[in-house]
Amino acid sequence: MTAALAVDGLSFSYPGGRLVLHDLSLTVEQGERVAVLGPNGAGKTTFALHLNGVLELQTGAVTVSGLPLAKANLREIRRRVGMVFQNADDQLFMPSVREDVAFGPANLQLPKDEQVARVAEALAAVEATELADRAPHHLSGGEKRRVAIATVLAMRPDLLVLDEPTSGLDPAGRRELANLLLSLPLTQVVITHDLPFALELCPRSVIVSGGTVVADGPTSELLSNTGLLAAHRLELPFGFDPRALGDR
Amino acid sequence: MAGAHRHLLVHAHSPIHALAPEAKIAATFLFVVGVAVTPREAVWAFAVDGLVILVLLAVAGYGLRQALARLAAVLPFITFAFLVPFVSSGERVDVLWFSVSRDGLWAAWNIIVKAVLGTGASLVLAGTTPIPEVVRGLGRLRVPAVVVSIVSFMFRYLDLIVDEMGRMRTAMVSRAHDPRWLWQAKPIASAAGAMFVRSYERGERVHAAMLARGFSGTMPELEHRRAGARDWTWCLLVPVVSISAAVAGFALT
Repeated sequence: MTAALAVDGLSFSYPGGRLVLHDLSLTVEQGERVAVLGPNGAGKTTFALHLNGVLELQTGAVTVSGLPLAKANLREIRRRVGMVFQNADDQLFMPSVREDVAFGPANLQLPKDEQVARVAEALAAVEATELADRAPHHLSGGEKRRVAIATVLAMRPDLLVLDEPTSGLDPAGRRELANLLLSLPLTQVVITHDLPFALELCPRSVIVSGGTVVADGPTSELLSNTGLLAAHRLELPFGFDPRALGDR
Repeated sequence: MAGAHRHLLVHAHSPIHALAPEAKIAATFLFVVGVAVTPREAVWAFAVDGLVILVLLAVAGYGLRQALARLAAVLPFITFAFLVPFVSSGERVDVLWFSVSRDGLWAAWNIIVKAVLGTGASLVLAGTTPIPEVVRGLGRLRVPAVVVSIVSFMFRYLDLIVDEMGRMRTAMVSRAHDPRWLWQAKPIASAAGAMFVRSYERGERVHAAMLARGFSGTMPELEHRRAGARDWTWCLLVPVVSISAAVAGFALT
């Protein structure tokens, strides 16, 4: 079976010369849920922006379910990869939730009745049907996050990429988000430095540091390796012992 | 603006609320044009226009005090009009204890009555149409898409930017910043600069998010109820009154 996501030898530097990604490779199988862990400034967000071609490829290759990332495929790639950004306020820009969720399907030029159906389906999946007519900037943090996920679900993606999905959420909002993501039968790449969240959600994790993958394995194993975590500025919350939870 | 607009909208379910926004915008614009071209001596024409506005405000669900309070927004713009009769030249007449210019009196009346009627008309529009609807209406009236997008994004992000500015101000005050004199304005200027840079960067992030969902340069038009013959008929009745009054005013004066 073709991998849901194959990244091979990705390198990227911003204008000015700072090398952010350095020969990064990662393969995610269909249906897998993988956490990308790393400290601030490790290049996680830059990596995410490559997965749907918001940043242009400099070196390396990205393939989504067999389709290579290239200018000609950009539209289909962006449909296949649902990107949920770190700050929901950047993602929700239309005057109402309904219009925001319809933005993607409308860009795909789906027929109107199909657009309406997609909006209903996506809002139902995140349990936000009653928010449809609200203005996005009046929602709570947790509601914004759920609606942001709905905006990409409406495009029926093959792969969901979430950049720091727990930032700014209270513990209840965080738990609801975890339940929601567990309920979605989609390949997921969760970029985070929230290690317990990664452990709860993702059987497999990779650690990105200095712009490249430095470790790849079962999440519980990586999180039990205190030396490895310390070497890459990752820390578990005080009193948290991944071994006590057993394998998930 | 979003915050302010929540107060501008009158929460009622009047027949005016239900009309399509593009018809209401066009009607407001044409009504104001009619008022603007009415000759100032046709006092009765303004009385007819005023009556129409009063009826519309009442139907829209405005209370008397609410309507007056909002009409007061026009005051700063017309204060100078009160000076005109005193400074104008020409034939003088006595009003109360003052000797004022007859021509100046007419000029002042002209400015004040037209400003008040225009404000009244926009109150009807603002009280019955949420901003997203206004934006949609502008788009349907063939206002250039770029302008409509700018208005729409402004509405979406102004709240956020104002909040951010508030937080910055709090941060400045918390560190004992207490500007009183002009030479203390430097931190405010640099805060404004920081705001500009932050907004610009946010713009870039929003654009990335739009690209990620397949944005290709034009905002998709989503399904909403368009104005039908009924909307246009009811809405255009209003400017028909003001324009007829203007024409009759020209004929009779």
